[in-house]
Amino acid sequence: MISRGATWPLDFFSGVISLEDFPVLEMKNITKAFPGVVANEDVSIELRKGEVLALLGENGAGKTTLMNILFGIYHADKGEVSVNGKKTAITSPNNALKHGIGMVQQHFTLVPSFTVAENVVLGLKETGFVIKTKTVESKIKKLGDAYGLPVHPRARVWTLSVGERQRIEILKLLYTGANILILDEPTAVLTPQESEVLFKALRKLVSEGSSVIFISHKLDEVMEISDRITVLRNGKVVGTISKTETDRRGLVKLMVGRDLLVDTVKPEAQIGRPVLTVEDLSVKNDKGLLAVNNLSLEVRAGEILGIAGVAGNGQRELAESIYGLRKSLSGSVRLDGKLMRSGNVTSRIRSGLTYIPQDRKTIATCPNLSVMNNIFMKNSITRLVKSSSFNLDNKAMSARTEEMIKSFSISTPSSRTAVRYLSGGNLQKVVLARELAMNPKAIIAEHPTRGLDIGAMEFVYRSLLEQKSKGTAILLLAGELYEIFRLCDRVAVIFEGQIMGYTPPDPAFIEEIGLMMAGSMQEDSVHENQG
Amino acid sequence: MKIRVEKRLEIPKYAGILVPVISVFAALLIMGVILLIFFIGRHGTLAAAFGKTVEAYQEMLSWPFTNRYGLASTFMRMVPLAFVALGLSFAYKMKIWNIGGEGQLYMGAMASTWGAIFLFKDITSPFLMILLLSICGAIAGALWALIPALMKAYAKTDEIVVTLMLNYVAIFWVDYLVYGPWKDPRGYGFPGTAPFPEQAKLPTFFDGEFHLGIFTAITLALILFYVYKKTSWGFNSRIVGDNASAARYSGISVRNYTIIALVVSGAIAGLGGATQMMGVQHRLQHGFSPGYGYTAIIVAWLGKLNPLAIVLVSFLFGGLLVGNDQLQMFYKLPMALISVFQGLVLFCLLGGEALFKYRLRIDREELLDNE
Amino acid sequence: MNDLPSFIISTLQATVRAGTPLLFAVLGTILTERSGVMNLGLEGIMLIGAIGGFVASYNTSSLLAAVLVAMLGGAILGLVHAFFTVTLKINQIVSGLAITMLGAGISGLWGRDYIGVIAKRFTPVRLPFLSELPYAGQIFFSHDFLVYVSYLVVPAMWFVIYKTKFGMTLRAVGESPDAADARGINVFAIRYVYTVIGASVTAIGGAYLSLAYNSMWIENMTAGRGWIAIALVLFATWDPLKALLGAYLFGGITALGLRLQAIGTHISPDFLKMLPYLLTIVVLFFTSTDNLKRKVGAPASLGTPYSREDRT
Repeated sequence: MISRGATWPLDFFSGVISLEDFPVLEMKNITKAFPGVVANEDVSIELRKGEVLALLGENGAGKTTLMNILFGIYHADKGEVSVNGKKTAITSPNNALKHGIGMVQQHFTLVPSFTVAENVVLGLKETGFVIKTKTVESKIKKLGDAYGLPVHPRARVWTLSVGERQRIEILKLLYTGANILILDEPTAVLTPQESEVLFKALRKLVSEGSSVIFISHKLDEVMEISDRITVLRNGKVVGTISKTETDRRGLVKLMVGRDLLVDTVKPEAQIGRPVLTVEDLSVKNDKGLLAVNNLSLEVRAGEILGIAGVAGNGQRELAESIYGLRKSLSGSVRLDGKLMRSGNVTSRIRSGLTYIPQDRKTIATCPNLSVMNNIFMKNSITRLVKSSSFNLDNKAMSARTEEMIKSFSISTPSSRTAVRYLSGGNLQKVVLARELAMNPKAIIAEHPTRGLDIGAMEFVYRSLLEQKSKGTAILLLAGELYEIFRLCDRVAVIFEGQIMGYTPPDPAFIEEIGLMMAGSMQEDSVHENQG
Repeated sequence: MKIRVEKRLEIPKYAGILVPVISVFAALLIMGVILLIFFIGRHGTLAAAFGKTVEAYQEMLSWPFTNRYGLASTFMRMVPLAFVALGLSFAYKMKIWNIGGEGQLYMGAMASTWGAIFLFKDITSPFLMILLLSICGAIAGALWALIPALMKAYAKTDEIVVTLMLNYVAIFWVDYLVYGPWKDPRGYGFPGTAPFPEQAKLPTFFDGEFHLGIFTAITLALILFYVYKKTSWGFNSRIVGDNASAARYSGISVRNYTIIALVVSGAIAGLGGATQMMGVQHRLQHGFSPGYGYTAIIVAWLGKLNPLAIVLVSFLFGGLLVGNDQLQMFYKLPMALISVFQGLVLFCLLGGEALFKYRLRIDREELLDNE
Repeated sequence: MNDLPSFIISTLQATVRAGTPLLFAVLGTILTERSGVMNLGLEGIMLIGAIGGFVASYNTSSLLAAVLVAMLGGAILGLVHAFFTVTLKINQIVSGLAITMLGAGISGLWGRDYIGVIAKRFTPVRLPFLSELPYAGQIFFSHDFLVYVSYLVVPAMWFVIYKTKFGMTLRAVGESPDAADARGINVFAIRYVYTVIGASVTAIGGAYLSLAYNSMWIENMTAGRGWIAIALVLFATWDPLKALLGAYLFGGITALGLRLQAIGTHISPDFLKMLPYLLTIVVLFFTSTDNLKRKVGAPASLGTPYSREDRT
């Protein structure tokens, strides 16, 4: 019933040739450049039948670009792709699907207002003029049950959780008979438990003859799920190795080119009085549902409080309402004891609160304005450069911008360049330069290293630790558990808008943290509200 | 050798001036072709049509700029265009699409007429009178723009259709007044109000060919230029225009900026209406504006929202409007022709800017292979 | 006319007539906007439809040719708009404005020699049996051919949009072009197709004005209907059935204004003329406050050009 594509020659010869060594996919000498950057340079990879190949590398190493080429979204400048030994030109995602190649991307391509079934059959040729909903729905249900990815075919996508949506993405591919699956950072949005479900499904798929390319930058996952690993660095392949022949340290060496897994020593914590106090805060999200539910927390001077949790459990709404971008239903936010009026950003900036949001492009920067304009974006309030409203001191601002470009090592052609041309890391540096220059009393940092390469990540971490030593209170809404252990003094776990419990920043507590992230309340009262 | 189309990182500076200039020429060319077709329909042969087209162009382009009376007309037309375009650009800088320039112009004219003929009719000092009437015009334009401003700020209503609808309402309102309660009793049924008193007329220069309005417009342009470059309004409004979320994040009140942008935009257009009444029309009449409010949109875009460039472009378009009048008189071409031209200019502008986003790249592949 | 019932009936009948050009315009634009393209050039497209249809009718005496020419004119303008907004990815608002100016200008130029001229027009056709029904017969079934066409287009469009594969493709492209692209749907082609189709349907509305409603050519005869249609698309929340409601609502206001003028009320004719435009503003206001409350979905990609390489 489910077509498997052109694999019958392989099945026929399976007794003769060792299946595991047959390359079902090859990408040879792929080069792809964008204006100003070479994303892939002479990259060659090979995927064997029935294996999970991990594509490992830092952010910006070229993994996603390479897979986008395979999936037909980009066209390579040079090089070729072979499927089952035959040279193939993949011109579009549709074309890729015809060859049995499917991709589950980081940002899902689902139509939120459609049902699961509608999303699965969207664009398929077999669908007649009038859509036969019942047949489609039963077929989807069978597929889902077969691989441990249960779904309700009639549910509308916008009501589903991220984990459920990912399942639909995978089912979409299986429905059309894809047997080469590419997954781009799939666990970024899953709890540890949901990741296990995914891995089980992948193992089942692979045992039945599918092949999987697993893109990740997380070493533990890669060691767990993959058979072989290809490491990319700066757009080039630095090595392909079998899992059994390496370990985490070895992979890091390949990824970064140097031995990085040095445990940084955290500076002695000089923790002072509470700076940021949140009491019984309740906030609604854009859909009108309660995202933050009677939440209380406290961050002291010189302390970094880390909040761990799966994305979508109220972190965004919490950050926004503490900063004043979102009105709260009830509860209070105090800075240095002073009560902040709900929804008022200006007074908070004046009182020394800054916010480094997760998506620097949507609210923290103006893409078409220059570096200088972005650095002085808040100047009417922060008055970094003394300037009258009716006679702006453009010269002083320009000079100060140059200073900051130097001290933060921002790589940009000039202070007049529009920031949309800056790389993610440099853009984040612009944001940091602006926010840290005002010597904030408290910082809300929301996944500040998202999409950054290791160099930029280190820079962010150093900056935060530096601020901490100056006595700033930092609320870190972490994107990676790694950040929690590296930077924080205390760890809190958020689930559905509530704090489930607190733990010390020790990797030994990872299981407990995982359980809390999935919704179990903390049982051991010893750990409650430490500090 | 492969030729590729590649996206540019930055639009080169020379494109900023080159594209508008080329757009105007391209539009003139295309309109020439359209006219040619039109004339063929009228005169039958290609040769006759071609001759007529060339003649028409000569008339259209030379009279307004070389002939003394033509030039005076050009300057006269330039003033309301400049006012409205300056006003519109104030809003456009924040990506607020005020299409209501025509209506705001009419309201300014209406209010200044009310002041001149009714409210302030006993004031003798011309200086005071002109000042008061200007203020009336500006306030009327501002209030007319306040309606869409409040709707946008509080209900997120899109301003495009609202400002446009208000154009029609304003024009009908003026019609009502001009055919009804304000009709000049001594006007022999002519649809207009009584004439303005002498002190409500703007002083003129050079034998009555320039009026004060042109200097007010230029002064306004200089003020706006300074505001955009050297005040915190200019700085912050750029942020609001580029990314409203970032503006909110920076503590800038997007709501306030939105309202102010529209209101000031309307006020300047209204001031233009008052100036037109005081400087040229001297009475309120049906249809006194040949679409200045709409032409001003093109002027603002061609001038790339730069106040000084806008003044220059207003001059150019003032001339084109005068030229269009000539064509209407001598060649029986409809006023609609200027609409065609405006549409063409806009498309050429857009197309030109789009083309500059890309460039050709020639790949010398064979050379590399041989190394 | 002291007879209230016949006043009401004749007003309702006029409502249908006045609402029909709006209905065509709104239906056409629903198709365009559902693919994610905003076309503000309706005013220009309707005018081209009006003059194109009129000229064709005058020169061929064939109403079929007239409607086809009108549709062709609309399609050409739609194609231009699609080229600029989909391929060149230009700001959709400015392109729409330019189309309006171009359409208004070209129609004025072309129509110069057709002012005051008479051409073949649509005349009312009383449907057998249906037009005999009390009240409804006169109000709905005693109109010209194009009105009946509009009656059929509404349910047909509803069916296609919600129940067929084409409709699903259309909705996907508008709601989530990324998802559609990933499924092999050619987003650019779909946007082109529906912008062109939408524009040609809109042009029929313009042709209705010159061939049935006013039965002549007057410069700028659409008098802002194109803009009202844009507001109505919002009001109808991109649904053909609601479009019918909205179009007749405005038709009603216009018809009422004209009837009141005819029977001679104290209300100034200029004020009556203002009514449709004021109503549009009111409708827009309430639609946007409603949208704020209910988070009603515009096609999510409306107004944003699609670029495959811009996907993160």
